[in-house]
Amino acid sequence: MDDQPIGTVQVVPAPTPLQPWEERPVTPTPRDAHADAQVEELAAAVPGGVEAAVELAGQITVQVPPASISKVLRACKDCLGYDFLVDLTAVDWLDRAEGRFDVVYWLHRHRDQRRLRLKVVVAEGVEVLTATGVWKTANWMEREVYDLFGLHFAGHPNLERILTWEGFNGHPLRKDFPIEGIDTGAAIYPDVFPPGGGPVKAGGDE
Amino acid sequence: MAPEVTRPFDDSEEMEISFGPQHPATHGVLRLMVKLDGERIIEAKPIIGYLHRGTEKIFETLTYNQAIPHTDRMDYTAAATNNQALVGAVERLMGITIPPRAAYIRIMLAEMQRIASHTIWLATHALDIGAMTPYFYAFEEREKILDLYEAYCGARLTLNCMRVGGQPFDLPDGWTHRLRQFIDQFPHRVAEWEKLLTNNRIWKLRTVGVGVISAPDAIEWGLTGPPLRGSGVRWDVRKALPYDRYDEVAFDIPTGTHGDTYDRYLVRMEEFRQSVRILRQCLDRLPDGPVMAKVPKVIKPPKGEVYHSVEGPKGELGFYVVSDGSAIPYRLRVRPASFINLQALPALVRGHLVADLVAIIGTLDIVLGEIDR
Repeated sequence: MDDQPIGTVQVVPAPTPLQPWEERPVTPTPRDAHADAQVEELAAAVPGGVEAAVELAGQITVQVPPASISKVLRACKDCLGYDFLVDLTAVDWLDRAEGRFDVVYWLHRHRDQRRLRLKVVVAEGVEVLTATGVWKTANWMEREVYDLFGLHFAGHPNLERILTWEGFNGHPLRKDFPIEGIDTGAAIYPDVFPPGGGPVKAGGDE
Repeated sequence: MAPEVTRPFDDSEEMEISFGPQHPATHGVLRLMVKLDGERIIEAKPIIGYLHRGTEKIFETLTYNQAIPHTDRMDYTAAATNNQALVGAVERLMGITIPPRAAYIRIMLAEMQRIASHTIWLATHALDIGAMTPYFYAFEEREKILDLYEAYCGARLTLNCMRVGGQPFDLPDGWTHRLRQFIDQFPHRVAEWEKLLTNNRIWKLRTVGVGVISAPDAIEWGLTGPPLRGSGVRWDVRKALPYDRYDEVAFDIPTGTHGDTYDRYLVRMEEFRQSVRILRQCLDRLPDGPVMAKVPKVIKPPKGEVYHSVEGPKGELGFYVVSDGSAIPYRLRVRPASFINLQALPALVRGHLVADLVAIIGTLDIVLGEIDR
């Protein structure tokens, strides 16, 4: 310090700003998406087709009343250009008052590479209108939802179990289905395995 | 065009046979109930689920990082891209940006996986049609990739090589050199395979005009990956919805024109070269720095839902994460590319011969571990 000429200012380098990966992540927060272009054009195409619209992490979710889902899907494909059904699945909210299941559609359009999630709230025992008339690819996806959640799709041409076998008791992805499984054997060959017996016990105590 | 279903003799009868599930040409435990008129297929009905392990149910009992090894076992020929899809989904929901070095390592692992998966496709597809030599040539190359994986993460098949927030380890010493050696010689091997098959008269007789699907039909059936591109749709998740810095590397999307088995073959052969192109760019500008972002010790995404997809070797592989704010996913849905591509099989095989059925199963490149989950 002594040999420094009088009047010099020591330059302290400004701290380099932290990169996004060096900081704690900023979690995305949901926001209302009613004013979004994708939602507005859907609301214009199908009046009363939008119950709620939320955006999270750049993805828009539109809640559709169950009665108008067929109309909305048809309008999405024919008028709004969503030509591709990426995914169709369900979520089980066991104790929710307004309806136990969400049926979730995930649409894509090749025109501008935008995606839109549609959601229908369905109570237990209520049928959903099928999407197989709009997209052929919905066939197996709906069969899978039927198989794993027990939701029925009205108008589906071939609503059979797909991943589990015919005669399987229960729907495994329901939240009240135990993770350790259930005794499912009896219903396959009732003449060989008595109800409640199942393949595990059969033959054991003869 | 598929030939019309005709009855050559008055006394011919319809016959129903069960094809699989234990048949080497079904690539796993796929079972098809095939209705035949002589050698012609009237109808084929896939019966699946023999490998169902309840993966999505198991996910609901595990934390996010514990779920990654289970994704390895879905499409077991492409573990790296499965990992990439799951961690990408969780990172998107948590708002994590991964360091550039981690992103480049991910791209390299994913493109190596695409090459490895396509070599299995080429080997088994050619073997099904009757060409045995490519099998040995292709598996030799795959072995080199598996050695590179082993050097990186210790595993060869079930890799478990990515984590939420980045990569578990940096690249070991000399790894980039070994990868460069591999990609320097690999295009010559692809040229060799093409010499065996592309203009081979028998190969063309067995694949040209077999299993045709038009572009609108392919979209209607939800096809993704090479089966979609073979029909002439220039669409790839890596370009359309870029993830993990795929927007920084240059590559082309190969497409076919006729949508038949031969075009899908050409598309995948070109994808070998494009993957090499991406790998070379990654090696040339691999950034320095950390491989793990600053993430909490316990991965707890906020309440909400997100869908994230990657371009797997088979097509679009997506994960739909529904979080209730805890460390365990409330619902973790997989959009399996093979499952949805297989659905188009009955439409593709109608009117063809039984021998063509084997070619069409091969060209869809299905993996039953992913279909049944």
